[in-house]
Amino acid sequence: MNTVLFVIIKILIIVIAAPIVGGLLSGVDRKLSAKMQRRKGPPILQPFYDVIKLFQKETTTVNNFTRFYVAISLFFTIFTVVLFCLGMDLLLCVFSFTLACMFFVIAGYSSYSPFSFIGTERELIQIMCYEPMILIAAFGYYEAAGTFSIGGVFGLSSPVILKLPLIFIGLTYILTIKLRKSPFDLSMSHHGHQEIVKGITTELTGSSLAMVEITHWYETIFSLGFVYIFFAYNTTASKIIAAVICLVVYFLEILIDNTFARVKWQSALKYSWIITLITGALNLLYFNFFH
Amino acid sequence: MNMIKKSPWILHYDGSSCNGCDIEVLACLTPLYDVERFGIINTGNPKHADILLITVSVNEQNIPVVKQLYDQMPNPKAVVAVGICAATGGIFKECYNVMGGIDKVIPVDVYVPGCAARPESIIEGVVKALGVLESKRKANEE
Repeated sequence: MNTVLFVIIKILIIVIAAPIVGGLLSGVDRKLSAKMQRRKGPPILQPFYDVIKLFQKETTTVNNFTRFYVAISLFFTIFTVVLFCLGMDLLLCVFSFTLACMFFVIAGYSSYSPFSFIGTERELIQIMCYEPMILIAAFGYYEAAGTFSIGGVFGLSSPVILKLPLIFIGLTYILTIKLRKSPFDLSMSHHGHQEIVKGITTELTGSSLAMVEITHWYETIFSLGFVYIFFAYNTTASKIIAAVICLVVYFLEILIDNTFARVKWQSALKYSWIITLITGALNLLYFNFFH
Repeated sequence: MNMIKKSPWILHYDGSSCNGCDIEVLACLTPLYDVERFGIINTGNPKHADILLITVSVNEQNIPVVKQLYDQMPNPKAVVAVGICAATGGIFKECYNVMGGIDKVIPVDVYVPGCAARPESIIEGVVKALGVLESKRKANEE
């Protein structure tokens, strides 16, 4: 009975803490971006102000299903983060995460707007770009750790990164897509306006848009969690180092975001698949031959 | 707790002005004035915007455009007319196709004077509009 209660409390903490950390990271992102452009920048808590404001605004909708699909997408993203933080199966996390992304795509298609349609098509291409690498990372993790269980990482005597250095590089490359950073922010952008207005979120207002933002906070946590499991193993020091490396990777993503121009979808697909093929295939081949 | 004051998102529309005010509006986004420090974002999407920033005199061609942009914005919303053209028609007032100020078509909450309006006064106009948004939100709740 106590263990059940313990797990429920744990889940509650994850569900509440993840978006808070994700939102703060997003605030730091905006502050750092502003500093890189020699601006003062908004307060660190700005993402929370934005989301609370959106909940206070009127929610107009072209199709009632849009809101429903966005909510389902948020639900499955939360589900993924909870599974991940509880140390469950990595493959299950990847699949439920993909399901969340798919519902977001359906939400985009359910609004009758050409801008939203183009944004959604680009979102699909983005999923095509990063999905192979995420799957290869999951399989690589299995080869290196001997289990798909994320909790299993704390029982290892050496970090997974030593066996999967190339896969880690490939993963950080596609994280740029997942974190919606330039040069791969094709389907929607956090900055300014782009050629397709606001892409997939063009038709979303009020609470629907707020839910998309919260989903993104959870996604950020999941993405950085993926980085974390490459460095953590059974020592306490490694856990701290892994957390620091997560922050370093996030900083690098912000730096890339501010120094690269948006690419065309053809280039996004080409580069991400070439990188996936080189890093993923080489690493898996090497690993299978020498271990 | 009302957050609309802390994160006003702006939609900027220009129809038939000389572009002087538009350049000043964009100047607000530059590192010198940096409106993002107040949480202000130039969205470019009426459905995400709280404040409509218009720098035009209305002409026969863009009446439906202005009306549609205004209608697409979710409540509560405010309109800021930037520059003398948006207030009265300004230098274009006598033109055969010009209707006059924005208030001929949609209700305007704040008028920002100037030709061209200075970035400081545009920012002040937006801050005034925040007060309007607040009172509109309260009126909506009641």
